[in-house]
Amino acid sequence: MNEQMTMEQVAPSFEFTESMRMVLEVARNFAEKEIKPVVMKYDESQEFPLEIIKKLGELGFMGVLFPESYGGAGFGYLEYITIIEEISKVDPSIGLSIAAHNSLCTNHIYTFGNEEQKHKYLPDLTTGHKIGAWALTEPTSGSDAGSMLTTATSDGDYYILNGSKNFITHGSVGDITVVMARSNKSKAKKGISAFIVENKTPGFIISKKENKLGMRCCDTSAIAFDNCHIPKKNLLGDEGAGLAQALTILDGGRISIAALALGIAQGALNASLKYAKERKQFGKPIAEFQAIQWKLADMATQIEAARLLTYRAGYLKNQGKEAVLESSMAKYFASEVAVRATNEGVQIHGGYGFIKDFPVEKFYRDVKLVTIGEGTSEVQKMVIARELLEP
Amino acid sequence: MKIVVCINHVPDTETKVKVGTDGKTIDKAGVNYMLNPYDEFAIEAALQLKEKFGGETLVMSLGGDAHKETLRKALAMGIEKAILLKDDSIRDSYSIAKALAEEIRTLSADCILFGKQSIDYYNEEIPGLVAEFLGLPSVSVVVRININNGKVICEREIEGGHEVVETKIPLVMAAQKGLNEPRYPSLKGIMAAKTKPIEERQAATASSYVEVLTMHKPPPKQPGKIIGTDVNAVPELIRLLREEAKVL
Ligand SMILES: Cc1cc2nc3c(=O)[nH]c(=O)nc-3n(C[C@H](O)[C@H](O)[C@H](O)COP(=O)(O)OP(=O)(O)OC[C@H]3O[C@@H](n4cnc5c(N)ncnc54)[C@H](O)[C@@H]3O)c2cc1C
Repeated sequence: MNEQMTMEQVAPSFEFTESMRMVLEVARNFAEKEIKPVVMKYDESQEFPLEIIKKLGELGFMGVLFPESYGGAGFGYLEYITIIEEISKVDPSIGLSIAAHNSLCTNHIYTFGNEEQKHKYLPDLTTGHKIGAWALTEPTSGSDAGSMLTTATSDGDYYILNGSKNFITHGSVGDITVVMARSNKSKAKKGISAFIVENKTPGFIISKKENKLGMRCCDTSAIAFDNCHIPKKNLLGDEGAGLAQALTILDGGRISIAALALGIAQGALNASLKYAKERKQFGKPIAEFQAIQWKLADMATQIEAARLLTYRAGYLKNQGKEAVLESSMAKYFASEVAVRATNEGVQIHGGYGFIKDFPVEKFYRDVKLVTIGEGTSEVQKMVIARELLEP
Repeated sequence: MKIVVCINHVPDTETKVKVGTDGKTIDKAGVNYMLNPYDEFAIEAALQLKEKFGGETLVMSLGGDAHKETLRKALAMGIEKAILLKDDSIRDSYSIAKALAEEIRTLSADCILFGKQSIDYYNEEIPGLVAEFLGLPSVSVVVRININNGKVICEREIEGGHEVVETKIPLVMAAQKGLNEPRYPSLKGIMAAKTKPIEERQAATASSYVEVLTMHKPPPKQPGKIIGTDVNAVPELIRLLREEAKVL
């Protein structure tokens, strides 16, 4: 463990800055006015909310973390967390789209791309003109990403991709996908490279759009590569560095899933507070029963702890400091808190929580993704333990 | 076209207002502030006028340092420059309008925009007073603006309908909900606002003629009365509506 961590590193300030407050207000107003009225429509139809994503692009939410020279908004992780939390309080599936687009696809190109690649691809991504995806998982390799089978065979000026990826966020609606594939079969984990793939490339196949429990309007699809020719200049960084790059990208990604979890948990708490004050049984609002009060108190306390972990991880990222341990802790804790909070949220609502007219019903379905995506809770604990035990 | 928008920093609409210990002002502890909602329509109108005719936009607010956050929001929406007329004292509408007018007089503006009212004190006086001090035409409760060659046609809301009026620039207009859909500040706008100038000037002194003596909360709402749940209750309901509530 990092024993030299000073208080200043841990708790820079508990106050939101003026620009954070402004960002929060925009995100909150946008979510309330533009997203809330259509949440259930998109949830039922599973249609990708392109119209909303384009508007988010105009506001700068599809390029929060990237410098203005690449079309981004030039903010840091703290504003990014705020945005994802606020949007996810209203619709977690749109929160997930923002998260995957910003911190997986776009951040991979920004962090590991060369200038030519960055200038070619980032401006369209950071403004939401193009939608980004990031493909690591395969049917036979999830947590064990290093065992992937998709191949990238060198052939003249091209790499030829063959194989399949599944559970890819924006797999069927994306324009640009960062793909991890095996470029050297004899080298195990060091034989994996990362490529920028334009989805319109011949041989890029959308094989199946998944029908999901939750996060339903955020597209999740299986894709396949059938002799898909990728120009060599689309290799990101060095050949063989792909898996290491992907793991670095997941550190930032975990902060965004923690923020997503926070939004869901806070959304469930807000809905539960409102309901508990309105619903009367035995002659009084259920909020007056201690059993309900204790649930609310537990939810609020755990959410606050999760928020502090998440902002701390974001703070360290902003400082350019190592944040593997902190991002994993934040993701693990916040996502488990969110699962508990939505569970209690439905319980507080009784039968009404089981009905689609109340937002906790959707939070309860959406939340399960956060203990699974970008590393399951079990994987987070492996990462945390490894960091603790490493000399 | 030079456009000046005067904006106010008001308690958030979700604030549960408490009267302060002096019994004359609100207790500011724990109160969040926001840009006065009607002023957002004025800012949006200014931005649209600038997009159409070119020129420059400026926001102005009279108050303490806290008003800077609200000025910054206007800058984030796209206004180019801000002036804070610094003043921490308590003033009536006349005094505020006088100080604003003194400043605006130096700016040779074509359009001076306000929200139709501030949602804190609800006086609805300042736009008209400023126009009077500057000797300019004033149009209130505006829901549509059409400017052509210096001729201004405004639609304003009146009881039960709309009224169309004609005047010319320079003028004062006070925006009503419905005039436009205010834009959200974009992240780029928020970033840019950090480096846009907020000029600070001492607000001109002016007398106040109205003093707040006391402030108190409205009496708590009386609980509703259930007279019955079926058709038999109707005669009694009508009697009460007629004799007690006196609404029939
Ligand atoms: C909605 C959605 C969106 C997604 N988006 C993307 C995306 O954009 N890009 C992408 O690449 N992937 C994406 N994924 C895939 C996601 O990252 C994987 O589902 C996740 O990493 C887990 O892999 P798996 O599903 O294969 O589960 P498995 O790895 O098969 O795990 C099954 C169970 O075994 C446990 N387990 C596995 N290994 C161990 C171990 N060593 N010790 C203890 N327990 C273990 C796991 O924790 C889990 O409980 C998405 C998934 C979903 C559901």
